[in-house]
Amino acid sequence: MSATTVGVSAEPAKRVGRLEPAALAGVMSRDVVIFGRYWKATTFSSVMQPTIYLLAFGLGFGTLLKTIGHVKTIEYIGTGTVATAVLFSSAFPGMFNTFIRWQFQRTYDAILAAPVDVEELITAEVLWISLRAGVYGVVPLLVAMLFGLEPNAGMLLVPLIGFVTGFGFAAFGVLIAAVAKTIDNFNYVTSAVLTPMFLVAGTFFPISTLPDGVRQVAQVNPLYHCVQLVRDASLGGLGAADLGHAAVLLAFALLMWRLAISQLGKRLID
Amino acid sequence: MSEPAISLRGVVKRYGSIVAVDGLDLEVPAGVCFGLLGPNGAGKSTTMRMLTAQALADAGEIAVLGYELPRESKQARMEMGVVPQLDNLDVELTCRQILTVFARLYRVASGERTAAVERALVLANLLPRADTIVRELSGGMRRRLLVARGLIHEPRLVLLDEPTVGLDPQVRQELWTLIDGLRSGGVTVLMSTHYIEEAERLADTVAVMSHGKIVAQGTPAELVRAYAGEQVVEVYGPPEKLAEASEIAARNGWQSRRSGPALAIMRAESLDGEAPDGVRRPANLEDAFVALTGEEIE
Repeated sequence: MSATTVGVSAEPAKRVGRLEPAALAGVMSRDVVIFGRYWKATTFSSVMQPTIYLLAFGLGFGTLLKTIGHVKTIEYIGTGTVATAVLFSSAFPGMFNTFIRWQFQRTYDAILAAPVDVEELITAEVLWISLRAGVYGVVPLLVAMLFGLEPNAGMLLVPLIGFVTGFGFAAFGVLIAAVAKTIDNFNYVTSAVLTPMFLVAGTFFPISTLPDGVRQVAQVNPLYHCVQLVRDASLGGLGAADLGHAAVLLAFALLMWRLAISQLGKRLID
Repeated sequence: MSEPAISLRGVVKRYGSIVAVDGLDLEVPAGVCFGLLGPNGAGKSTTMRMLTAQALADAGEIAVLGYELPRESKQARMEMGVVPQLDNLDVELTCRQILTVFARLYRVASGERTAAVERALVLANLLPRADTIVRELSGGMRRRLLVARGLIHEPRLVLLDEPTVGLDPQVRQELWTLIDGLRSGGVTVLMSTHYIEEAERLADTVAVMSHGKIVAQGTPAELVRAYAGEQVVEVYGPPEKLAEASEIAARNGWQSRRSGPALAIMRAESLDGEAPDGVRRPANLEDAFVALTGEEIE
């Protein structure tokens, strides 16, 4: 008879793994509490901004142009504004919140003294910003509906597209905060990177009208892929090309996430 | 014999060409209040940061609560609390909100969180201010909140980095009472300080740190006896008189130091009446500290 000792093998050492949900939830609970104080201002600006764009471009251009490319002006601007809303609500918090909490308030020092690793801290912060960006990215569509944009079932994908894009740009912001020596250096990034990025992405005019060189650059702009995806989903034109757009956004998010962790990690841990 | 709460062996930490910690050996037994005393720049804060793996040693071994650092640092951080020297509270949140967030970060079970926050508020005497935003708290209250935050999960080891720096005497007394209470409750406390009196009052054992190393260790009384003797004569007078007294001391090989407006001559009990006229007082930890770490300010 073979002895069958049901092996309660040596008690496994109580190990805590990487990217623990409890750590992520803890860091994000702080963001939620802070959001509870500022949601009115955040919501106000996220509604005002697309409204102004739609009024300026929609009413301004709209009287001159009935369509942009083969899309109605309101549809073009309405969907383009989603991308700008996602960009602004993710890249800026990524840059400023990170820098302020890390350098001025030293919040990150306090959190890292608790059982939270750099990877968890940054992932939670980026996750929170991108969830918010996904939600606020829908606001321009709602505003555009008031100006005549027709609802479409594909629009239900917009929060997800906003989330993935926002994840990449929030992590991009964290990366910039990690390498910027001072908060003033953000001005270089804002004017030299973000502003052209937000304009040359097919947001307000098609990139096909641009010279060859610029158009090629525009095609590596992640925001361009976000715009295309949002437009195709919202106007009922999803196709095979959109898998490519989604892949670019996912790759961008993954790359920025890892770079943000490695670069900020180097500076948070001496 | 139980294992030490903290053990460092041959730990080195460099920042560029500066050696902040230079071959540090330190053992903190469980259940004591251990004072790390040293001048500014001696490497105390760097040592504290290495214990939470917020700074990584270039050489040597570190173990905290039996966990090997940095590999198992997260587990160690679960079971210890940290009170930093610099105020890093969230100024936009209320006391209760901060404590609730940290209760989560320290994995206090959801059913116990409210009670843990309440307990910490009571401990830090902040119950009446529970819903006040940190920005509106006084310096003393903020420091107490920092302590409460580090104790939210009832850790068995607490690191206090310069806990009373910049506080007025009343607040300092109050914090001392709190720290002493922890020790009586069986919590191991490692406290860095450059306030001699703080170490003298609170610490069971004091290690004096200078230039990144421990230069002496013992109970405060042992250190005083070993490095300053029993009695000190303080000679007061105009600068010429002090210079003269200093010369006499040097000639006779007496251990002396400038102590503000006076010259303090150590080990007065062994001078057989040869000591110059002055005020006799018992030697204290400050005498031993200066003898160990030098008079010059760097």
